[in-house]
Amino acid sequence: MADSAAAKLNIKPSKLKTDMAVKLVNVNKWYGEFHVLRDINLAVKGGEKVVICGPSGSGKSTMIRCVNRLEEHQQGQIIVDGVELTNDLKKIDEVRREVGMVFQHFNLFPHLTVLENCTLAPLWVRKIPKKQAEEIAMHYLTRVKIPQQALKFPGQLSGGQQQRVAIARALCMAPKIMLFDEPTSALDPEMVKEVLDTMVSLADDGMTMLVVTHEMGFARQVADRVIFMDAGQVIESNTPEEFFNHPQHERTKLFLSQILH
Amino acid sequence: MTMSEGDLAVMEIRFVRGAMLDSKPPPASMRGAIGWLRENLLSSPFNIALTVIIALLLAWIIPDLLRFLIFDAVWTGADRDACLEGVQHRAIGACWPFVWERWPYFVYGSYPGPDRWRVDVFFVMLAIGVVWLLWLHAPRRDIGAIYFFVVLPISAFILLTGWRAIGLEPVDTVLWGGILVTIVVSWVGIVVSLPLGIVLALGRRSHMPAVRLFSITFIEFVRGVPLVTVLFMASVMLPLFVPEQYSPDKLLRALVGIALFASAYMAEVVRAGLQAIPKGQFEGAMAVGLNYPQRMRLIILPQALKITIPNIVNTYIGLFKDTTLVFIVGIFDFLHTVEISRIDPKWATPVTSTTGYAVAAIFYLIFCYAMSRYARATEARLALSDRR
Repeated sequence: MADSAAAKLNIKPSKLKTDMAVKLVNVNKWYGEFHVLRDINLAVKGGEKVVICGPSGSGKSTMIRCVNRLEEHQQGQIIVDGVELTNDLKKIDEVRREVGMVFQHFNLFPHLTVLENCTLAPLWVRKIPKKQAEEIAMHYLTRVKIPQQALKFPGQLSGGQQQRVAIARALCMAPKIMLFDEPTSALDPEMVKEVLDTMVSLADDGMTMLVVTHEMGFARQVADRVIFMDAGQVIESNTPEEFFNHPQHERTKLFLSQILH
Repeated sequence: MTMSEGDLAVMEIRFVRGAMLDSKPPPASMRGAIGWLRENLLSSPFNIALTVIIALLLAWIIPDLLRFLIFDAVWTGADRDACLEGVQHRAIGACWPFVWERWPYFVYGSYPGPDRWRVDVFFVMLAIGVVWLLWLHAPRRDIGAIYFFVVLPISAFILLTGWRAIGLEPVDTVLWGGILVTIVVSWVGIVVSLPLGIVLALGRRSHMPAVRLFSITFIEFVRGVPLVTVLFMASVMLPLFVPEQYSPDKLLRALVGIALFASAYMAEVVRAGLQAIPKGQFEGAMAVGLNYPQRMRLIILPQALKITIPNIVNTYIGLFKDTTLVFIVGIFDFLHTVEISRIDPKWATPVTSTTGYAVAAIFYLIFCYAMSRYARATEARLALSDRR
């Protein structure tokens, strides 16, 4: 039923122009004197789901925030679906249009209703007519199972509901790539599952996803690859099977022993 | 007395709730008039003391105030004799006939008598514009905005200064005065200072050094100088540098001075609001692909302005009262017309000044209180989305 609605609305999962969704080549970044990202190399293919984990301060959030230029890198190349991120504002806007992002603290716009949150960018960035934007928004709100909250303000919803709205808001732009920056870390334990379920269903649809999370169950279930970062560098990268069952690096073993009880 | 489940829970190690508890109404001491009194007036010894002191103060002031303004007041009369204790042989309060006679001067200043209808039309047009914009259920508020910001300024300018081609005699601004000047000056200040203040505030936070430097210099310079100095500069210094025939009108110079002055303060008020917006809002707006003007207009400014409403209105109220300072450059605002009238020999009595100032106080109080009330209502209306 949802499929036919999607067909009627002409909502298609956007196709990447190249087969390489995200590519980071020797990326380095500093906060003042502090070297946060050190020689990061990463290639994410279309449709691939990559989970990034690591202790706090390891640079994992900074890395995915570089992918849509919320953070600026100083050395190396970041290429998102064939577009290289430089100081060129046009390029940055082009990338941000195609890359959706979900934040730890939702970052919904509190002065707009849930529906307005979802239609804002399609209206102003994609220049879609209002009625159509609302139909698309309702489609995705239905998809994340909260269409009945459309006219409420974000502050009236629970954390889990807010995060699902944030996911719907990102999807309304029909992104090619989704970035998740610790999407469940700020949620009450009872709400984590509803958000993870939404993310799993998104993954099942073939979305390219970069997910920073400590939800190891999600990583096992969904990820094609798990990356472990520490001190601004990639320490280990492997399939979830191998990563969890046979970690190689001492630091990885220590980390896993801390979080898997 | 039977044991409640709670008692059981305290006594027993094992406890399983049998029946869920229904919610009960609060005790009588929390409800109704008594509850209100207890909570708002008598909640603590300090609060009780305050309540008593304020009650005493009111009891001390209000009877005298009413006696002066109403019970002992003189309501009719032709000249000062009506308000002289020695002539009337009774206690004399406010001298209202003085106000009746001088009221047209308070409103229009020296604006020529036959043309005063033009001022009335302006007042009505302005009132329509204000109501149209501020009344939320008014129809077509988009047209209202165009009316207020485009049609009204142009037609007010033509109407008040005159235009021979359509039969309106030119009236020199030197003749303007009273409430007309107060309203015109504060209206222009209010309408200009907010947009200009927003631009300056954004400029001050800009990443472009030239823009930032200009904004900071302007804001700090204007804030570093008293308004009186700005007005003096505008009306005394400017003609020294600019030839007489190119020198702009005196009222216009004061208008520009006040508008720029208010803008600098408004810029700092808006900047405070911008700084209170969490970084996540900027990032959320960037991540969905909005560009800088869109981010500011759709996401950041609506939230920043909302939290600064009390301060914006505070600045407006300050501006409204500061317009009285234009008298030092020889412009006859409302307070100045009162000031001139009270020393008129025809009405000179011991109570004339007090009466005049009372009228001025009531006038400013009504306008400032209205602004403050409207702001409170707006805050309450927008509070719905306050929770994050």
